[in-house]
Amino acid sequence: MEPIKIIESRTVVLPQENVDTDQIIPARFLKVTDKKGLGKALFSDWRYAPDGTPKPDFVLNRPETQGAWVLVAGDNFGCGSSREHAPWALVDHGFQAVISTRIADIFRNNSLKNGLLPIVIDPASHAKLLAAPGATVRVDLEARTLALPDGSKVEFPIDAFSRYCLLNGVDELGFLLSKQDAIAAYERARVA
Amino acid sequence: MAPKTLFEKVWDAHLVEAETPETPAILYIDLQLIHEVTSPQAFTELRARGLKIRRPDRTLATMDHSTPTLPRTNGRFPFVDAQAEAQVNQLYANAAEFGVELHGLAEGQNGVVHVLGPELGATQPGMTVVCGDSHTATHGAFGALAFGIGTSEVGHVLATQCLLQRKPRTIAVRVDGALAKGVSAKDVILAIIAKLGVGGGTGHVIEYLGPAIRGLSMEGRMTLCNMSIEAGARAGLVAPDDVTFQWLAGRPKAPQGAAWDRAVAAWRKLPSDEGATYDREITLDGSRIEPMITFGTNPGQGIPVSGIVPDPAAAGDAQARATLENALRYMGLAPGRPIRGQKVDVVFVGSCTNGRLEDLREAARVMKGRKVKVRSLVVPGSHAVKRAAEAEGLDRIFKDAGAEWREPGCSMCIAMNGDHIERGQYCVSTSNRNFEGRQGAGGRTLLASPATAAAAAVTGAVEDPRRLEVA
Repeated sequence: MEPIKIIESRTVVLPQENVDTDQIIPARFLKVTDKKGLGKALFSDWRYAPDGTPKPDFVLNRPETQGAWVLVAGDNFGCGSSREHAPWALVDHGFQAVISTRIADIFRNNSLKNGLLPIVIDPASHAKLLAAPGATVRVDLEARTLALPDGSKVEFPIDAFSRYCLLNGVDELGFLLSKQDAIAAYERARVA
Repeated sequence: MAPKTLFEKVWDAHLVEAETPETPAILYIDLQLIHEVTSPQAFTELRARGLKIRRPDRTLATMDHSTPTLPRTNGRFPFVDAQAEAQVNQLYANAAEFGVELHGLAEGQNGVVHVLGPELGATQPGMTVVCGDSHTATHGAFGALAFGIGTSEVGHVLATQCLLQRKPRTIAVRVDGALAKGVSAKDVILAIIAKLGVGGGTGHVIEYLGPAIRGLSMEGRMTLCNMSIEAGARAGLVAPDDVTFQWLAGRPKAPQGAAWDRAVAAWRKLPSDEGATYDREITLDGSRIEPMITFGTNPGQGIPVSGIVPDPAAAGDAQARATLENALRYMGLAPGRPIRGQKVDVVFVGSCTNGRLEDLREAARVMKGRKVKVRSLVVPGSHAVKRAAEAEGLDRIFKDAGAEWREPGCSMCIAMNGDHIERGQYCVSTSNRNFEGRQGAGGRTLLASPATAAAAAVTGAVEDPRRLEVA
C-alpha cells in the first residue's frame, strides 16, 4: 500500500443517498479469484447501457470528471454487502478518497485496508461540495483536514491507528502478526 | 460490578488486548466461516506471505453463491460460466492446501453458509463469529457476536484468529406484545428497518429484546438477526434461552455430555444484566405489526401489504424526496396507490434470510392445493433443510403447485449463479436486499415473508397471505 499524506484533486459528485455496494460493483463481477482490473466494472449498471455502451449522462462518463479522484457521495455510502470488490473497483478506477455524511461500517473498514480514504463530514460542509461538482479539494491526512473549495477547512475523524497505517503505507496484518505471543497467551488462558 | 449487556459480555471475553487511544482492540474470533466468493484473494495473500491458517479447527468452509441450484446433467454441474466453476474449484484447492473442513458441492454437503453453520451446531452462544459476508449477523440469533468482514480481514483471521476492532455502540430494539397470527419474523425485521432506516444502525450492534422476540423460534430469530445489516448495524443479537439450547442440543458440533451441561451453565450467564444500558433504545408494538413488503430500492422502504406506496411530495426534505422519487422511478410504481394487487412476474423463496425448514413450511401452507400463476423458485438453504422438507412432503406441495424445487444455494437472492429475473420484472422475494439489479440487471425486487411470497405466487400479485390461509 502506498503511503497517503496529501490528496489534492477535483471532485466527482454522486449525490444519491444509500449507494449500496451492489451499485458500486454488481454481484456478477464477483466471480473473480483476484482483485485486478475491477475498475471497469465500477458502477456498471449506472455507467453502461445493457449493450455495453457508456451512458453519456452518468457522471463518470462525462469529460469533466476525467482525472478527478475524490468521490463526493450522498449519505450512507457503501451500505449493503461486505464485498471488498467495492473499494478494489474504486481504487482500480483511480479514486483516492470518498467523502460523505455517513459511510457504512464494513465498506469503511475495507476502504482503509486499500488506501481509499473514507471521509465523513458535517451536512453543511457536505452541501458545499454537492453544490460545486468538479471543485478542487485538498485532504491533509496528517492534520485530518479537508480544505473545501471556498477556502474553509473542515476536520474529519479518523482513528489514530488507521491514520498511522495510511500515512506510512503499512497494513494491519503485519501488526496482528507481531501480536502472536499475546494471542497464544489468550488461547492458553481462555480457549479450550 | 457494573451491569453489562450481552454484547459487552461477549466483547470483553474476547479481548486479547483492549482498545487504547492509539490502537484498536484485538478481538479473538472463535469461528470463521468461509465461502467461495470472498475468500480466494485472502488465501492468495496467505500464500504470498508464506503464512498458514492459525486455527483450521476454527475455520469452516462451504460454497453457496456461485453454485448452480440444478443437479448434475451428464455428470457435470451446470455452472453459469467457467469463471463460477473456477471459483468453486479454487475453494476446493484452497481448503485442501490449508487444511480447512469443506462442505462441498460435489459431495452434496454444501449449503448457504448462514444456514449450514448453525445447523451443524458450529455457531454457539457467546462466540465471536465472522465471515466474508454481511449476513453473518444471522448467527447473533444464538447470542453470538457475529458480523461480516471484507476479504482483507478474512485473511487476518485466517492468519491470526484475530481482528482489529473499535468497540461499536449498542441499540436496544424492544418489540413488546405478541405478534398477530400470520405475522412472521420477516415482517418484524422489515418493520424495524422501516423505523430505523437503512443507515440508522451504522456503528452499532443491535440487541433485540421483548416478549415478541422471546416468542420467536430459532429460525425466526435467525431471520431477524440476519437483516440487522440492512439497518446498517453490523451485528444483531438475541439472548440465548431454552429455545436456543433445545435447538442446539445434539447437533454434530455442539458440546456433548458433561461438556454440554457446562456449556449451558455458562450460556445462561450471557443475557444482559438487569440495569444494563444501551446507547439508544427503540420500541415497537409487536401486536401492531402487519405482513410487510418493500416498495423501493432499499430494505428500509417497507410498508404493510395493506399499505399505500408513499408520495415523494409528502417527504420531509429535498433529499428524502429525491431518494423516494428515484426508488419509485426504478420500481415503476405510482405513489398513492395500494401495493396490494401489484402484478408480479417471479417469486423466490429461499436465501440465508428465509431458506430454513420453518420458512418452507410457511410457504407450503399457502401454496398447498393451489397453483402458482407466475414462475416460482423454492430453494432450500441446505441439504439438511432439503431432506427434512422432502421427508414431510413439502417438495410435493411445491411441485404440485407448479413451483420449481431446487438444490441448495444463494440462488436468486444475489443472482450470481444464473438464477435471475429479467429486466423490468417484479419479483416478490424472501431474500434480504431489494437494491437495484440485485436479482438481475434491471430487475425489481419486493422483499417479503415466505407466506407473502407464496401468496404472490398463487395469485400473481401482491397479496396479504392472511386472506388466503385456511384456519
